[in-house]
Amino acid sequence: MARTLLEIKDLSTGFITEGGIVKAVDGVSLTVETGQTVCVVGESGSGKSVTSLTVMRLSEYDGGQILGGEVWFQGENLLTKSQKEMRRIRGKRISMIFQEPMNALNPVFTVGDQIAEVVRMHERVTRDAAWARAVEMLRLVGIPEPVLRARQYPHELSGGMCQRVVIAMALVCHPELVIADEPTTALDVTVQAQILDLLRDLQQKFGTAIMLITHDMGVAAEMADRIAVMYAGIIVEEGTVEQIFERPHHPYTIGLLKSIPGFEGERGTELYTIRGNIPNLARLPSGCRFHPRCPFATDRCRQESPPLRKLDEGRKVACWYAEDVAAGRVTGAVTGMDVESTEAVPAELSPGDGQTAVRGAAK
Amino acid sequence: MSTHIARGRIPVTAVETHYPTGADVPYLVEARHVKKYFPIQKGLLNRVVGHVRAVDDVSFGIRPGETFGLVGESGCGKSTLARVILRLQGASGGEVFYEGRDVLKMSGSEVRRLRREMQIIFQDPFGSLNPRFLVRDIIAEPLRVHERMSAKERDERVVELMRLVGLDASRRNRYPHEFSGGQRQRVGIARAIALSPKFVVADEAVSALDVSVQSQVLNLLMKLQRDLGLTYLFIAHGLNVVRHISNRVGVMYLGKMVEVAETDELFRQPLHPYTAALLSAIPRPELNRKRERIVLAGDVPSPANPPSGCRFHTRCPFAQARCREEEPGLREMGSGRVVACHTPLQ
Ligand SMILES: Nc1ncnc2c1ncn2[C@@H]1O[C@H](COP(=O)(O)OP(=O)(O)OP(=O)(O)O)[C@@H](O)[C@H]1O
Ligand SMILES: Nc1ncnc2c1ncn2[C@@H]1O[C@H](COP(=O)(O)OP(=O)(O)OP(=O)(O)O)[C@@H](O)[C@H]1O
Ligand code: SF4
Ligand SMILES: [Mg+2]
Ligand SMILES: [Mg+2]
Repeated sequence: MARTLLEIKDLSTGFITEGGIVKAVDGVSLTVETGQTVCVVGESGSGKSVTSLTVMRLSEYDGGQILGGEVWFQGENLLTKSQKEMRRIRGKRISMIFQEPMNALNPVFTVGDQIAEVVRMHERVTRDAAWARAVEMLRLVGIPEPVLRARQYPHELSGGMCQRVVIAMALVCHPELVIADEPTTALDVTVQAQILDLLRDLQQKFGTAIMLITHDMGVAAEMADRIAVMYAGIIVEEGTVEQIFERPHHPYTIGLLKSIPGFEGERGTELYTIRGNIPNLARLPSGCRFHPRCPFATDRCRQESPPLRKLDEGRKVACWYAEDVAAGRVTGAVTGMDVESTEAVPAELSPGDGQTAVRGAAK
Repeated sequence: MSTHIARGRIPVTAVETHYPTGADVPYLVEARHVKKYFPIQKGLLNRVVGHVRAVDDVSFGIRPGETFGLVGESGCGKSTLARVILRLQGASGGEVFYEGRDVLKMSGSEVRRLRREMQIIFQDPFGSLNPRFLVRDIIAEPLRVHERMSAKERDERVVELMRLVGLDASRRNRYPHEFSGGQRQRVGIARAIALSPKFVVADEAVSALDVSVQSQVLNLLMKLQRDLGLTYLFIAHGLNVVRHISNRVGVMYLGKMVEVAETDELFRQPLHPYTAALLSAIPRPELNRKRERIVLAGDVPSPANPPSGCRFHTRCPFAQARCREEEPGLREMGSGRVVACHTPLQ
């Protein structure tokens, strides 16, 4: 029976910069249920990592300031905990896997020692028992000759093997939640496939929930039960993997999916593009922060910021015209649009129709 | 395009091997048995204890006006091969022909001329641009080196180039850090086409970009190719991107070219087990999660100590005894496809 494991409520984290305080995460709400995989996707700088680091209470070490919100984990608000209390939670009940396996490992200790150390930090066990657990875990993550490998140092292992070691460290205390931030981005695709398979297998085995951060929509399609799409510090759309891929509702999600060259269909055609660039967080546009790039933007979008609202089927979207955009009723809904953006509206912009060349959308 | 290109001296070895030269196709750029070994040094005396065989006997050709996609995992030798082709790096063996002339045997003045015709766009739009130069100067640098132009002429050319790549030319007196990642990549492209080259290597030119920006830059590269008749060697690890932009694709593994085919053919039916595994390993952004996947065991071996026989045999699900001993040569499989495998998939 799935129940709520992690509930992020209206979370905001900022950084102090020359231009004042910048909200890298601006009112994010997200729920992860037991045993579920929730993918957080979005482009560079959208706030994916800061969200996860704040949940772990690690962003504070990086100059991040929690400006508001709550993070409920099994009935406790993590934002009210001391760092000492957090140390008992991290690695034991929530673990984190980072992009660069080499940075997560200490070069001067053997990998076996590093895994055993996690066990000894959280459980009252003998040195030998902890070591045995480490070796067993290395076997579980598919490292050949684990007895031998446990005595090796990180630099003696390949990148893919190091990431397996990091996963072993993350899972050795059987946490309820694993937060994986781009765990396969630094790896080759054939090794990525192995690691994704491994994460799925271990999830089955231990019933772990996974919050998986990725910018790769392919990884999200393959791994996610639910997907949250972030843009410039907020979640713009959230739903089941089917909802997001079959019928995306937010113009940004639609544009993102359409911009990716496909593995089938015509080649060499002009690709769909989202005009403009990702905004600077210090100078966010007024109203809907996507409006300068949105083909459907109206005066209302320029003035009022759309809340993340729940639609009938349970998905959430932060767009004034989500239903109409998804249904292709664009012209009816979008009144008061200026001439320039009317031209930019691709006539065939409807969700799910692969990657067709779009006139006028590129700028 | 129909001009027949005179080949230089055709070395006897090339004729003797079974490397299919596709004699009827005039290549703009052709690599024959190209090797690049990097010495591994150890100890106080820097004794050479071995070699990284980054590129090991690679032969292929690029036709004028086409985009040749080059794929393969990290460290398989893609960038090294490209640098040898451009003569940014010497070769340990083999020949590279550009319009029939052996690039590796060219004199200094010939190389200078070659530099105008061959250019490269790098991956990192942040690292490859000198942060202390104005964007204007970055784009104009090849013009300063290779063209006799007045300052005014140069400035006009910079404006023209910036327009061509979709940049606001009024921003030419700014520094790279004031531009976004996609815009910086456009600066790199403007610089690469400044001397009107015929052949451009794009080495992971869009890999660092977010998808919404990546598609803008891909559109630009395709447009420039149409308008300027460019020939591309397009190196990337995003197979969907390579598929979209390339006419033909070469697949490298551990310093070897293991398969070359027309793009559609390659994606419809890969012949080399490694190509098949690579294609099946890519997570696709679609709801079709029950795809059959060939999961390869283990990691890519070190190019300093490659496996005997077929270099892929340690990970190949179809390997047999012969694969461990005998290295498969590239052989022709009809319609210009070549594959290096004893038992190609059918
Ligand atoms: N320590 C920091 N100091 C100042 N700003 C920061 C810091 N860490 C992150 N930021 C800013 O917060 C924003 C969100 O960053 P974050 O790392 O969460 O992005 P992301 O979505 O994980 O991107 P990527 O895909 O590139 O990893 C960015 O604009 C970033 O510049
Ligand atoms: N200057 C050098 N000295 C020594 N070894 C080198 C040098 N340049 C490259 N190598 C080695 O040669 C091999 C091929 O490297 P190369 O950069 O060509 O790979 P690549 O296919 O471009 O990889 P990537 O996808 O990571 O860019 C690697 O093992 C690399 O470590
Ligand atoms: S030669 Fe053998 S090992 Fe090499 S790819 Fe073919 S089947 Fe696999
Ligand atoms: Mg990140
Ligand atoms: Mg490279």
